[in-house]
Amino acid sequence: MSEFWHLFSFHFMQRALIVGGLISLCAALLGVSLVLKRYSMIGDGLSHVGFGALAIASALHVAPLAVAVPVVVLTAVLLLRLSQNGKIKGDAMIAIISSSALAIGVICVSVTTGMNTEVSSYMFGSVLSLSRADAILSGILSAAVLLLFVLFYPRLFAVTFDETFSKATGTRTELYNTLLAVLTAITVVLGMRMMGALLISSLIIFPALSAMRLCRSFKRVVICAACVSLACFVIGVIASYFLETPTGASVVAANLLCFCACCLIGKK
Amino acid sequence: MAILTCKDLRFSYDGSTVLEGVNFSLKAGNYLCIVGENGSGKSTLMKGLLGLKAPDAGQIEFGEGLKSTEIGYLPQQTQLQRDFPASVWEVVLSGCLNSLGRRLHYNAEDKKRAEVNIERMGIEELRDKSYQELSGGQQQRVLLARALCATKKMLLLDEPVTGLDPIATGEMYNLIKLVNLCDNITVIMVSHDIHAAARYATHILHLGQKQLFFGTAAQYRESDLARRFLGGNRL
Repeated sequence: MSEFWHLFSFHFMQRALIVGGLISLCAALLGVSLVLKRYSMIGDGLSHVGFGALAIASALHVAPLAVAVPVVVLTAVLLLRLSQNGKIKGDAMIAIISSSALAIGVICVSVTTGMNTEVSSYMFGSVLSLSRADAILSGILSAAVLLLFVLFYPRLFAVTFDETFSKATGTRTELYNTLLAVLTAITVVLGMRMMGALLISSLIIFPALSAMRLCRSFKRVVICAACVSLACFVIGVIASYFLETPTGASVVAANLLCFCACCLIGKK
Repeated sequence: MAILTCKDLRFSYDGSTVLEGVNFSLKAGNYLCIVGENGSGKSTLMKGLLGLKAPDAGQIEFGEGLKSTEIGYLPQQTQLQRDFPASVWEVVLSGCLNSLGRRLHYNAEDKKRAEVNIERMGIEELRDKSYQELSGGQQQRVLLARALCATKKMLLLDEPVTGLDPIATGEMYNLIKLVNLCDNITVIMVSHDIHAAARYATHILHLGQKQLFFGTAAQYRESDLARRFLGGNRL
């Protein structure tokens, strides 16, 4: 038991729990809207773009977040525009952009540093990869995401439930869609350092789906998703410490178990 | 004074005209049914009235202080909504969206309005139920309550009885007529159901890529157009 409490005395662990907890909250809140709007794939696409951006940043020896945040935010806005007006439909466009970004990232890595631990940590995540500066930036940005979500909650609900109605009654739906996309982009980039580019999208999708098995009102789904996400994150991180498994994968596994449990409970 | 006047409206998509020559005006308390076959321009006109699509020519004028964002709109349901986890209360309250203005959250007045409209639609006992568990007719009542939260003057209904069984259809039509008569709310309804249109509406607008007929329901019943459209059967 003392070993359990000892765990929380490590600086990297405290940092991971605080920053990761905030990111999990953001991901869960945004995830409810994204899943209901059938935008789940955007999170997945953005994480691949994030990987490409991080690979290029590390090749150029610049701060990874400084490159990845603007690139992914721009991609998110672009994806949203294209999926609404473009000739190529949403899901196909996301597939094209995400695989292209992944390809560019892989090429960039192979001609410069090669597949080292840093690159591997981008793909599969690592609690150790969070620097102090990362942690502070992540904290500020996730606080902003949470605040915006709470402030614009009525509008985000209306736009999620019925975009046409909201637009007809004078709400600038493009603005709120863009807000959602930008917040998602930021969350994805912040989360992928810890969770890994290949695993971050599950942080967005799983809690929302689990919550929808149990709850029947939007507010409850949002609150439940936030709790599920936070709990699964903490359990995943602690399990990864004791079982010596990768953090990102452990968090996803915790989410998967939780989802299965919610399915069973929800059926009754 | 007219609550809505359309003058020489023309709409087009990608340069090809889909609807032209629309001229009509409505007074407060009128009940207009827009009829016509698929592709006749009904939905385009509706988008125009809601300000979602700009006309290429002509004007839409609202009277009596109405704005296009203050029309209570009941859209056709999407599959996405049918299994949306939201309570009836949340859905109805979201109709107050256009009175938020600069405020971030709904105030007591908005909530009061949602309560009143829930009672008006007779769905008090569904208040805390989940929208996805309701029957088609109940879902439409919820959406009508939401539309009423958004307006004091005009409702715009897009095929509100699609997919409803005959009993629910009758109830829906009666509710709409009741709101129209009791609260003097102008109703504009897009419908395929020409028989119901002729029975409930005060005015009919028949479109076929241009305005084929506009007049009272009584005039419409006597018109050649109505006879042809109904396949020879007089109403």
